[in-house]
Amino acid sequence: MAEDLINSFMTGPDEAGRFGQFGGRFVSETLMPLILDLEERYEYAKTDPTFWAEMDDLWKHYVGRPSPLYHAARLTAHLGGAKIYMKRDELNHTGAHKINNVLGQIILARRMGKTRIIAETGAGQHGVATATVCAKFGLKCVVYMGAHDVERQAPNVFRMRLLGAEVIPVTSGRGTLKDAMNDALRDWVTNVRDTFYCIGTVAGPHPYPAMVRDFQSIIGKEVRWQLAEQEGEGRLPDTVIAAIGGGSNAMGLFYPFLDDPTVRIIGVEAGGKGVDERMEHCASLTGGRPGVLHGNRTYLLQDDDGQILEGFSISAGLDYPGIGPEHAWLHDSGRAEYVSITDKEALEAFQLSCKLEGIIPALEPSHALAHVMKIAPTLPRDHIIVMNMCGRGDKDIFTVAKHLGFDMKI
Amino acid sequence: MTRIDQKFASLKAEGKKAFVAYIMAGDPDLATSLALMKGLPAAGVDVIELGMPFTDPMADGPTIQLAGQRALEGGQTLQKTLDMVAEFRKGDSTTPIVMMGYYNPIFSRGVDTFLKDAKAAGVDGLIVVDLPPEEDDELCIPAQKAGLNFIRLATPTTDDKRLPKVLQNTSGFVYYVSITGITGAAAAQAGDVGPEVARIKAATDLPVIVGFGIRTPETARAIASVADGAVVGSAIVKMVEEKRPVPEVLAFVKGLADGAHSA
Ligand SMILES: Cc1ncc(COP(=O)(O)O)c(C=O)c1O
Repeated sequence: MAEDLINSFMTGPDEAGRFGQFGGRFVSETLMPLILDLEERYEYAKTDPTFWAEMDDLWKHYVGRPSPLYHAARLTAHLGGAKIYMKRDELNHTGAHKINNVLGQIILARRMGKTRIIAETGAGQHGVATATVCAKFGLKCVVYMGAHDVERQAPNVFRMRLLGAEVIPVTSGRGTLKDAMNDALRDWVTNVRDTFYCIGTVAGPHPYPAMVRDFQSIIGKEVRWQLAEQEGEGRLPDTVIAAIGGGSNAMGLFYPFLDDPTVRIIGVEAGGKGVDERMEHCASLTGGRPGVLHGNRTYLLQDDDGQILEGFSISAGLDYPGIGPEHAWLHDSGRAEYVSITDKEALEAFQLSCKLEGIIPALEPSHALAHVMKIAPTLPRDHIIVMNMCGRGDKDIFTVAKHLGFDMKI
Repeated sequence: MTRIDQKFASLKAEGKKAFVAYIMAGDPDLATSLALMKGLPAAGVDVIELGMPFTDPMADGPTIQLAGQRALEGGQTLQKTLDMVAEFRKGDSTTPIVMMGYYNPIFSRGVDTFLKDAKAAGVDGLIVVDLPPEEDDELCIPAQKAGLNFIRLATPTTDDKRLPKVLQNTSGFVYYVSITGITGAAAAQAGDVGPEVARIKAATDLPVIVGFGIRTPETARAIASVADGAVVGSAIVKMVEEKRPVPEVLAFVKGLADGAHSA
């Protein structure tokens, strides 16, 4: 790692919660004292060995970490170029990377004496992870989910209810993930004394973007030693690729490599029907501009008057008009590249992964895989790509069946 | 001295409490909301809070959320809201106007441009919900420099340690949010609010106005009697939602204003 902190990409955020101009604490006064308290408690926990000991124990015995780093040999041969590895976070308990972060936040909430946990969810993966950990610790759990997403992710809604969570369908605004986040913030403002807001991605006011990134960084840290084990001491990936909704699985994979200049970093946004003036996509970096929403400054999909637009993606988990502020900063500073993949391309990648590797991916990492399919054939065989297989596709089979014209009625 | 400072000075001289009314610009359409706005001073409103609609009003309850949606669907923009203020000023050069909303539409327009245009239109103060003191450099400091008041919210979670920070760059008046919650939620009891207002008044010379959850003349009176005035928003906006004619809404406002003024 870089000795020279001045040239490091890993020192952010500053004490105001900024990554360059991005991030910050754009919240109402009612929440400000809570956020400052959270920051203080997290800063303390971060350096407390007993906190990490508890995390490590649960990561190992409850989540199933470390997740495998898997050489996708048939996919590699099929694409005929770079050597492709998948970081198998879809094998985690609850089927996605989301639980890495939830465990951290819930352990912190318990240490803060909070008894009620609230969360927002899009695809339902973060909601399921939160409901799961709350069940394990006997905490009350309330999950806000856009009414539209409740419909398209019905299996996850039932899972959350089985796990004892209350799922509140959000009809305010247009009833999507961003509205679910608004309602979660409204709940938090109302129930400030006993409630902890467990945010599911690297967004929200400081310290959330940094805290969620730190919890998800276990992904990239494992990749470092796992690749060295399989490819030889000191071997780093040449390219790391991950899909981006808010950007938590991507930050988790990217962060430990930010100061390794040989590692090319690519984030893949949801291109929906294509990134153009119709704005039927969720590519905040490639199709948006800086603004302020949900507690931070970042790139947002918005109109000329600063009103926030609804995104569009086949993947509920990527359907968010913003992106974590650290990504906005990595984008502007040029350290990471951001591209977009359309629904159609993601569906092709989804099917290829099923057929060649026996892995049914979630639609979110299918976006990352689709970009791998684009670049791998152009790269030499000794070029190593690590893509984050951050979720499994069980939740998506209904959506995919519909798009492939397969009748699932039984 | 801004119009806000002047208004509170004259209320103080008369020994009267202030009544502040919130309406949403462009709700349900520009003409109706302008007609309503023009009628507010005669109904007894001392300070007008003019809501700037935003797609994601995270501190507002359903009533004001829906008002913002109606306004946006009707084509309301920040420019039209500023034009509305300029139009109002043609017939009223004394009633203070505070624009209230969220930061992104202002940031999107550009802070300096917005402040220049707001000042020119006749705006006196700003309440921007998602700008706590920690983000003062964004808009608060530039607004004060441009001659606009920046009115901050103090809340039940603003403890004694934090209060000086909240008051530091506040001007015009302090808006005490009487509950932890969103607009339109249940009202606080005057008995609970009194000590809180006293706590804030001990730390500032600015008037302290209390809002959130007030919907009747009786509550307006009770709350105003323990503070320097009361704010009503959702209860007025609700009447617009119910498509009540402007004179009927203004009659309701007059009742609230009389309540507050009788304190
Ligand atoms: C499997 C999976 N991947 C990715 C995401 C998007 O979130 P993030 O960009 O924070 O990783 C989600 C969100 O629901 C998800 O379920």
